[in-house]
This record gives sequence, C-alpha cells and structure tokens, in this order.
Amino acid sequence: MNTNTNANTAAKPIVQTKLSAMPSNTLRHIRAIAKRELSSFFGSPVAYVFLVIFLLLTGFFTFTVGAFFERGEAGLASFFTWHPWLYLVLVPAVGMRLWAEERRAGTLELLLTMPIHPWEAIMGKFLASWIFLGIALLLTFPVVLTVNWLGSPDNGQIFTGYLGSFFLAGAYLAITSMTSALTRNQVVAFIVSVVLCLFLILAGFSPVTDMLTRWASPAVIDTVAAFSVMTHFDGFQRGVVDSRDLLFFVSIIAFALFATATILRNRRAG
Amino acid sequence: MIQIEHLTKAFGPRRVVDDLTFNVERGEVLGFLGPNGAGKSTTMRMITGFLPVTAGRVSIGGYDVADEPLAAKRLIGYLPESAASYPDMTVNGFLLFIAELRGLAGDARKRAVHRVVERCFLDSVLHQSIETLSKGYRHRTCLAQALIHDPDVLIMDEPTDGLDPNQKHEVRNLIREMGKTKAVIFSTHILEEVDAACTRAIIIDRGRMVANGTPASLKAMARSAGRVTLQVSGQEAATVQAACAKLAEAAGADVSGERVRVSPKDRTDKAAGAALARALMALAERERWQVAELHVEEGHLDEVFRSLTFSDMVRA
Repeated sequence: MNTNTNANTAAKPIVQTKLSAMPSNTLRHIRAIAKRELSSFFGSPVAYVFLVIFLLLTGFFTFTVGAFFERGEAGLASFFTWHPWLYLVLVPAVGMRLWAEERRAGTLELLLTMPIHPWEAIMGKFLASWIFLGIALLLTFPVVLTVNWLGSPDNGQIFTGYLGSFFLAGAYLAITSMTSALTRNQVVAFIVSVVLCLFLILAGFSPVTDMLTRWASPAVIDTVAAFSVMTHFDGFQRGVVDSRDLLFFVSIIAFALFATATILRNRRAG
Repeated sequence: MIQIEHLTKAFGPRRVVDDLTFNVERGEVLGFLGPNGAGKSTTMRMITGFLPVTAGRVSIGGYDVADEPLAAKRLIGYLPESAASYPDMTVNGFLLFIAELRGLAGDARKRAVHRVVERCFLDSVLHQSIETLSKGYRHRTCLAQALIHDPDVLIMDEPTDGLDPNQKHEVRNLIREMGKTKAVIFSTHILEEVDAACTRAIIIDRGRMVANGTPASLKAMARSAGRVTLQVSGQEAATVQAACAKLAEAAGADVSGERVRVSPKDRTDKAAGAALARALMALAERERWQVAELHVEEGHLDEVFRSLTFSDMVRA
C-alpha cells in the first residue's frame, strides 16, 4: 500500500466546490443516478419481460378486446382507452423496486450519505423509470403505422393521446415511488400503489360517485371526481391539451415526489 | 475534525443513543466499541447525516451536519454496516458512479478509481459484476467507494466483519495508515482490533459512553491489571503462594496450575503492580527460588468490556 499516491490529490477540488457551481452539479447528479438506474433496468431481464408483456397486452386489448378493425375508425381510441387499466398493473411493477430495493439492499444509506440533495436522487430515479416507460410507449409505433396505412387518422390527436398516456404513466409512477419509499418490501409497495392508482381511476367512476351522493354534497362529489385520472386523460384523447389536465398530472407527480422526499427523510431507521 | 456534542437519538420512548460527547482529530483512529445493539451503528448514521439527530449536534471539519449537510458529507468517506453496493453493477462501474456523485469528473475521476482499485486490490475483479464476488471482494469494493475522494474523515461500521484473518489484517493495516492523515472512526466488537489499530477507544453501552481512553488506559481498568504472575521451578506452588500472600504489598495470592497469581493491595494505583513485582523479586532472592517466570499483567480489554457493558442476554 502506497501512501504517496494518496497525498490529497483528489480531495482539494471537492472541498473547494463553490456554491455557484451547484446547478450544473445538480444536473450531473440527476443524470448519473438516472443512468445507473436505466442500465440496471436493462441489465436485468425485468425490462425485457416488461416490454414484451406491455406490447402483447396493448396489442391484445387494441385489436381483440377493443375491436380495432370492426370499429372502422381511423383512430387509436381502442388503443388508448385501455392504458389507465394496463398501467394500473404495469407501472407499479416497474416502480415498486425504486426505493424498496435500495432500502432492502442497504444502498439507501450509501446514496443518502453522498454529497447530493435527496431530491436529486428522487428525480434521477423517477426520470429513469419514466424514460423507460416512454421507451415502452414508443415501441407501440406499429399501431400508429397500421392506422395510417389503413386510413387517414388525425395524427395530432394521436400525438396528444400519446402525451396524455405518458403523463398518466408518470403520475402512476410517482405514486409508486412514494409507496416504494415506505417499505423495504416490493410486494407491499406494489399492492399499495395499485390500490392508490385504482382510487384515482374510480374517483370519477359512476358507481363510486353514486355511493357518495347519499351523504355528500354535489360540491364534494365534484371535488372527488376531479381527482379522477379518467376525466383528465379523456381530454388528451380528444386531441385537446388543456392546461388544467396537464397541470393535474404535473401536480400529482410533484406532490407524490415531494411525499417521497418527506417519507425518505422521516423513515431512515431501517 | 469530528465534533460530537450531546448526541442523542430516540426511537419513540427508547433512547438508542444518549448524550454522547467526543471529538476526533486528524491523525487519530477512534475505535468504537460496544455490544450488539449498543447504538454504534445509529451513532455512525447520525455522524454521516443519514439519520437526523433527536438532540445534540455533529460537526465535521467545522460544518454542522444538520445545517450544511452537503459540505459535511463531502468531507466524509463512509463504509456502511453491511458494506452495501449495487449488485448488478461491475466494480468499475460502481466506483465510477460513486466518483461522479462525489463530484469527480474526467481524468480526476479515472485517476481516483485507479488509485482505490490499486489500494484495495480490486484489479482482478474490476470488470466483474458485484453480485458474483466473494464477500471479501464485495467488502473491499465498498471500502474503495469510501476512499475514492480521499476524504479527511473516514467512518467505518464494522469494517472487518465477515472477513478472513488475512483480509482483517490488511484492513487493519489500511486503517492504521489512513489514521496518520485522517480522522478515523470505526466500530467493532472484536477487541483485538482496538490494540491492532486504534489510538483511542470509546466503549458505549445502551447508548451511553462508559469509557473513553487509549487502549492502554482502558486495559489498566481491568481487575487483573497490576496482578503479578510468578512461576518458581522446584517449589510447590502452594508453598510459594503462602509466602507471597504474607507480603505487605500483596492483597492475596492464588494458585493456577504451576503459577501463582499475586494481586496488589491498591488496585487504583498504577505503580502498585511494579512495587509488588519488586517485593516478589526480593522475596525470591531471600528464599533462593529459581524464578522461571515473573510478569505484571496489563489487564485484558475483554475483561473491561464485560465489566462495563451488559449483555442483552442478561437483560432479556
């Protein structure tokens, strides 16, 4: 072992890192964490299994259950309708390991004792998974080609449909990130996320709103229904990017990631 | 470098760490001793900023861990308890990742990785994924991670846990060497390590500090410290024992095998052992004994450890 090579060559620039250098450092940290997360995804069979299942299921729902051909419409309504339900199971499956796994393996301790802001780690991990879901979504491009080959659909509407679908996945993912931070058990994270996401779907669903009419005022029901992802997702499918819908998804993501940070700060005992 | 004042951590009503105060300066290696569950890991997690403190404060190189966590964390290299790392990454990838989070870039990053790989003998496994490595290599990978930015403060939670004797020896040498230029804290429940690597040791029990001193001064607290062992050839041990017990400097003597153990009268006086040894030598000369062995015991750490700490098996 040689002490000379060790003579404070590397330590000095680190200690002298100035506050003014922060923003670029932030991006570097987020990128480093996202890169690690993505390569860990693609380094394991989980990513490929997920992609195959996702593509098979979207195909099955679009063409068989959604009766794509029988509709005789040049549009992707039968494709997008199923996304809230598909994501209900598939997104928590992608996100459940985000923090639960770090906690179980003890790497959470390593990550949070690095000289980085906790939210840099949260953003990095969230973005990596969101990018992965985006890749999965992009791989459904044959369905766009098909519909363009068969007819002349409104491609703007298809684009906003994809945008809505991507934001919906992001909202589910952020919720899963939050529940994943709560536990070291991935199965628990998965189940709790599914329940929470299911609530977000059902909040605007008539059996649920009907149940509420018995004891709640219409204002309350409207408030609850406003939390439903369905109403906000539908806007995108009609080809409209309403800033309120966008704001809805962005605020769910922001809230859930903020909750992730709070949970991580307060539940570090494990 | 490391200043800890009235550090306390409570989980609910249970105080896991209770009012710890100590400093560690550059050039010191502090051994952190205590039975399992005494609060060693919790203390280290608070020092590294992973766990928030309930009361008290920790400052690293002048930066308060609670107020300026990033500045403090930059100075620390930390080896967590389980030597955790990402199993799916290669050793090289993992170290490059940590170096990047540590703010190293470009050439400096490559040089830093190269340096710790050499120092922790990881050359042969550099491109293997961590999950395929043996425990010793995995441990060294995590150690390399802690050293990558050449930190001023090194905090290691059971750095030799699960290593074979050769690896333990290497890690202890490394700790000693690091201790020359850095402030080092490491926890252990292996008492020989204190002798092998520390300049100072702290014993904690159920969250409280029960001893703080150099290894030699801790050993002097042992009941056996200052006791003189005597072996005489050609004499019955019982005869020797009877003669020894009569000495003014001796509190008593007992036989153990062929040896006689004589305890000094005043255990609190450090010179008592030496005075007793001189008296025994004079006695041996008068009696014309053939002394085969005579030495003053310096005390055993495990004796001190057992007398100061409570076993959780007794507690339960």
